[in-house]
Amino acid sequence: MSMDWLVPALLTIITAATPLVFAAVGETVVEKAGVLNLGVEGMMIIGAIAAFATAVSTGSGLLAVVAGAFAGLLLALIFGLLTIYLQSNQVATGLALTIFGLGLSALIGHGYVGKTFAGLPKLDIPGLTTIPVIGPILFGQDGLVYLSVVNVALVAWFLSRTRGGLLVRAVGENHDAAHSIGYSVTLIRMGAILFGGAMAGIGGAYLSLAYTPLWVENMTAGRGWIALALVVFASWKPWRGFFGAYLFGGITIIQLYAQGMGVEVSAQFLSMLPYLATVIVLVIISRDEAKARLNAPACLGKNFHASG
Amino acid sequence: MFIRMEQRPEPSKTMVYVSPLIAVVLTILTAMVMFEIMGVDPIRAIATFFIEPISSLNGVAELCVKATPLVLIGVGLSFGFQANVWNIGAEGQLTIGALAGGGIALAFYNDEFALLLPLMLIAGVAGGMAWGAIPAFLKTRFNTNEILTSLMLTYVALLVLSYLVHGPWKDPDGQNFPESRLFNDAAMLPVLIEETRLNVGWLLALFVVAAGWVLIARHIIGFQIKVIGMAPMAASFAGYKEKRLVWLTLLISGGCAGLAGTIELSGAIGQIVPVISPGYGFTAIIVAFLGRLHPVGVLFAGLLMALTYLGGDSAQITMNLPNAVTGVFQGMLLFFLLASDVLIKYRFRFGTPSVAKEAAE
Repeated sequence: MSMDWLVPALLTIITAATPLVFAAVGETVVEKAGVLNLGVEGMMIIGAIAAFATAVSTGSGLLAVVAGAFAGLLLALIFGLLTIYLQSNQVATGLALTIFGLGLSALIGHGYVGKTFAGLPKLDIPGLTTIPVIGPILFGQDGLVYLSVVNVALVAWFLSRTRGGLLVRAVGENHDAAHSIGYSVTLIRMGAILFGGAMAGIGGAYLSLAYTPLWVENMTAGRGWIALALVVFASWKPWRGFFGAYLFGGITIIQLYAQGMGVEVSAQFLSMLPYLATVIVLVIISRDEAKARLNAPACLGKNFHASG
Repeated sequence: MFIRMEQRPEPSKTMVYVSPLIAVVLTILTAMVMFEIMGVDPIRAIATFFIEPISSLNGVAELCVKATPLVLIGVGLSFGFQANVWNIGAEGQLTIGALAGGGIALAFYNDEFALLLPLMLIAGVAGGMAWGAIPAFLKTRFNTNEILTSLMLTYVALLVLSYLVHGPWKDPDGQNFPESRLFNDAAMLPVLIEETRLNVGWLLALFVVAAGWVLIARHIIGFQIKVIGMAPMAASFAGYKEKRLVWLTLLISGGCAGLAGTIELSGAIGQIVPVISPGYGFTAIIVAFLGRLHPVGVLFAGLLMALTYLGGDSAQITMNLPNAVTGVFQGMLLFFLLASDVLIKYRFRFGTPSVAKEAAE
C-alpha cells in the first residue's frame, strides 16, 4: 500500500488544527481568569478579514498577522469594557460580539471578495525540509504553526509556574478573595480578555492567510464555537487543548479524504462530522457532573463589582 | 473629579424601559458616524434605512412578514433566557421545523386538501421541538452546555437542508436548481391584504405573543421560570424541578422556531430553498433582549429588527451599500443595550467618594 497520502494528510491536520490551537489557548486564559467570552467566533472572523485586507494591501504576512491580532484585541476590548466595567451579562455580551463581528467582517470584506494572497511563506531548511515524511512536517511549516506550539508551551508555563499565572487563576477561582488581598480583579481580567482576543484574531488570521488564502463571508464556519468546546474538553489545560485541536484537525481531514477513497457518503454528511464530534466530546466530558465542576474555574461567568 | 458606579438599592423599573430607547438612539448616532466614514451622506442613509422601507402599504406588509419569524422565535427564547437556559440554536430549530412542515407539503404536492396547512404547521412545531429536545436531553442527562450543543446542531441542521435540496428533495421537473417543487395552493398561508405578502402567519405570531404573555404573567410555569432565573437556590428549596424547566423552555423555544420556519416557507417562499432564513434565529436573540424578555416587548423589538433587514435591502438597492450593514446595526444595538442596562442596577455619581476623601486627608 502506498503511503503517498500520509504526508499531505498530516499537513492538512496541522493546517486545520492551528487556528483552533490559537483560539482555544487564548480562551483558556480568559476562562482561567473567570471570564466566559462566547465571542470567539466574532473575534476570529474579524481577525480573518483584518489580516486578509492587510495582506492584500501591503503584501506582508507579518503585518497581516499583527493586524489580525489587533482586530481581535479591539473586539475583546469592547467585551471587557462592557462586562467588567458596565457589569453586562457575559453570555449575552459574547453573543453580541459574535453577531457584530460577523456583520462587520462582511461589511469590511465586501471589497475583498475574489482577491487572492500568495499565502504565508513556509520554512525551508536545505537538507532538513527534504527528509521524507518528517522533513515537511517538522521543518516545512509557516511561522504561525511554530508560534502556535510555542504559544501553548508559554501559556502552560505561565499558568502553572509563574506568579502572574497564579494571580490569573486566583481571580478565576475566587475573585472576592483575590480582591480582598489587594489584587486588581478588573485589571487581571482585562489583561486575560485582551490576550484571548489577540489569540482568536491570530487564529482567524491563519484561516484567511494560510488555510484558504482568500476571503469568504462567514469563513470561520463555527470554529470559534468549536474552540470554546475544546476548552471544556481540555479541562482548561493548555496542552490538552492543543491535542484536542489536533484531534479535530484529524476529523476535518476524514471529511476530505473519505470521498477520495471512494466512500459513498454525501459531502453534507461528512461536513457534519466536526460539529457532531463536538457534541459527542462535550457529552463525554460533562457526563460526570462533580468532576466537571471541579475542573471549571469557580467564578467562571460571574461578574465582579467591588462594593463600597 | 471622578465618576463612580454605585449599586442602586432596588433595580430601577424605569431604566428597564428607558435603556432600549437609549440603545436605539446611540446605535443610530454611531451608524451615522459610520456612514460618514464610509463616505455616505448619513442623513440620507438613515432615511433610506429606517423610513423609506415603510413609506408604503406594501412596505408595512413586508415589515410584518419579516417580523413574524423574529417575534415568534423571540417570544420562545425569552422564556429560556429568563430561566438561564441559553438556547442559541434557534436557527437550526427553525430549519428543521421548516423541513418537517415543508416535507409534508412535498409529500402531498398533488393533493389539495383543507387540512394540509394545519398538518404542516403542526409538523413544523414538532420538528423544531425535536431539534430543541436534543440539547434538552443532553443537558438534563449528561450535563452538557446547551449553548454549545444547540449551536453545533444549527450547523448540522443547515447541512441537512443543503443535503435535501441538493439531493432527494430537488424538484425532479426543475432545471437542476437546488430547489424543491413549488407548494400547492392548499399549502400556502392565506394572504391578508391583496397584492402584498402579508399572511396569516402574522396573526399566528400575534397569537403567540398573547399566549406567551398569559403564560409568563398568569401561569405557575411562568412564575417558576422567573424564580429559577433570579434565585436558583430558592427555586430548588421550593421544589421546582429544574430539569423539567430546561425541557420545557427548550421545547417551547424550539417549537416557536419550528413554527416560524414553516410559516416562512408557506407564507413567504412557497418552496424549500437552500437558504430559508437570513439568520432570524440569531437576530431573535437580540429581539428577546431588546424586548426585555417580555412577549409584548418582543413584539416591538421584532418590528424594529425587521426594519433593519428591510433597511439593509433598500440601502443596497438605492445606495449600493452592502447589506452586511444590517448585521453591524444589529450587533451594535445589542452592545449599546447591554451597556445601557447597567443603569438598571447601578447609578453613576460624580465626585470623589467619601472613603477616598478620608484616605487622602
